[in-house]
Amino acid sequence: MKGNEAIAEAAIRAGADAFYGYPITPQTEVMEYLMETDATARTGMAVLQAESEVSAINMVYGGASTGHRVMTSSSSPGISLMSEGISFIAGAELPCLLINVSRGGPGLGTIQPSQADYFQTVKGGGHGDYKLLTLAPSSVQELADFIALGFDLAFKYRNPTMILADGALGQMMEKIYLPEQRPRLTEYPEWATNGTPEGKERRFVTSLNLLPQEHELVNIRLQKKYREMEKNEVRYEMIQCDDAEYVIVAFGIIARIAQKSIELARAKGHKIGLFRPITLYPFPYGEIRALADEKRVKGLMSVELSAGQMIEDIRLAVEGRKPVGFFGRLGGMVPTPEEIENALYDYFNIK
Amino acid sequence: MEVKDIIKPENLVYQKSRLMAEKQFNFCPGCGHGVVVRTIAEVIEEMGIEHDVIGISPVGCSVFLYDFYKFDVVEAAHGRACAVATGIKRVQPDKYVFTYQGDGDLAAIGTGETIHACNRGENIVIVFINNGIYGMTGGQMAPTTLEGMKTTTCPRGRDVKTMGYPLNITPLLAQLDGVCYVTRHSVHTPANVRKLKKALRTAFENQRDKKGTSVVEVVSNCNSGWGLTPKAANDWMVENMFKKYPLGDMKVDGRLVMDMNAPR
Repeated sequence: MKGNEAIAEAAIRAGADAFYGYPITPQTEVMEYLMETDATARTGMAVLQAESEVSAINMVYGGASTGHRVMTSSSSPGISLMSEGISFIAGAELPCLLINVSRGGPGLGTIQPSQADYFQTVKGGGHGDYKLLTLAPSSVQELADFIALGFDLAFKYRNPTMILADGALGQMMEKIYLPEQRPRLTEYPEWATNGTPEGKERRFVTSLNLLPQEHELVNIRLQKKYREMEKNEVRYEMIQCDDAEYVIVAFGIIARIAQKSIELARAKGHKIGLFRPITLYPFPYGEIRALADEKRVKGLMSVELSAGQMIEDIRLAVEGRKPVGFFGRLGGMVPTPEEIENALYDYFNIK
Repeated sequence: MEVKDIIKPENLVYQKSRLMAEKQFNFCPGCGHGVVVRTIAEVIEEMGIEHDVIGISPVGCSVFLYDFYKFDVVEAAHGRACAVATGIKRVQPDKYVFTYQGDGDLAAIGTGETIHACNRGENIVIVFINNGIYGMTGGQMAPTTLEGMKTTTCPRGRDVKTMGYPLNITPLLAQLDGVCYVTRHSVHTPANVRKLKKALRTAFENQRDKKGTSVVEVVSNCNSGWGLTPKAANDWMVENMFKKYPLGDMKVDGRLVMDMNAPR
């Protein structure tokens, strides 16, 4: 199944209540699949093509304010347009699922895979002190599995979840196990503005405060929530790190390619491991630091489809304990396993 | 006769809707907003739909709507009320959803959202306050600011050659197939308030009967922004605003009733 189709099918099966979107390459198949397979007839979920990404994200804001499972997907320039709305959703503490099948930037850029939206996703994007719980799949299977997980985490924390995928994952085909169909929600959270029940106080959804002393308290509450997410939700995968002298750190599609690189390197007798962050926020700082603390580990190398964004978090984790190298391709270019392998040898002077 | 002899149930001629919160309006004295806000509450109370209604308050003087009502309200980003309303309505088609938007919100930054929600025939009520100025931010030019009218961003009057013409947006909305009802009112006299109330009732009944989008425009004053007393502001409104934005129905039950040749 194609990655974008897996997103759509998994969304139906996750019991999504609504998908609001706007076409953009390389993720157009998501809404096409929802329409083609008549998701509305299957589960009753709403599927609507908005007039813009700005409108789509505000439809998500509206649907999410009523406590329904609402989602959108887009690609880099579309996510930029949505950023105001994402900030409002985070500020109003609404759960929803966002997907970025990212492409090369800046500007209109390219439609090929890129990871240059890392900063946009985990360091802000929109205005204000907020965080998106960010999942980075590296296979079509994970792309499908993270849909229900993303919704559940969003509701657990009343926070938007972002799945940061890329054009390669969206477009490539893999065999996958689809999740079972689960029912749509029939009960909604207490805070949801879906019509004041009799005998209950009215609810309201807002991200506005006139008084800074009140708004500081809101921010403190948000930060407390983010600390909880950091405590509970760090996810990562370590491949052959047990005896590794050098560790490649990579997420998403590039981690898949780097897996081949370490195979090639090990065949030549080099002890190379792969650390793959699955959550980009919260970032596995502690786990990477622990790896850097290992005596046998001589260095780490961040491999990204960008000019080097995640490397800043790796350096924050490593805090100078070991050298941190970098290799990246830009603008939609994807390296071969050999390119990554050779970059590692070059940087650390491995003979 | 003393006051306590007068305050008796049998003498009651008017009372605040029980759907209004015990909260003082933060609208300027003399502004039309408060009258519209409470008229909406009265209609919702009379229809008995307060447990099934969700209001949308976007940025502008409308932004504190959630403070005044005892039913669910969602605050929206500037201009996005119709998109937020769509998002709510599509997952809960049996609830009543209305937006309360100013001219900057509906006809400038939110033009796209407004036109497309109307064009899809979203089954919602749009209440549109047109006072020709940005009140909340301190009196800047709005899309509906009249030619020659002075605001803080057109201090020598709106020059249509460089600043564009006053945007008369509701007749445009009336021409969209998804829209079933477009009407324009004011709240400067009790008679006009009663007409508005009837129009709002029709709009919410349209939503109940799933007829499509209803747009209720209220041409109102902004005495603070216009730099006039409330009385002078109302007089100025009648004399100037009503010429460009004449009161009355434009579309009823999906049928255009406005004079397409009238100056707009």
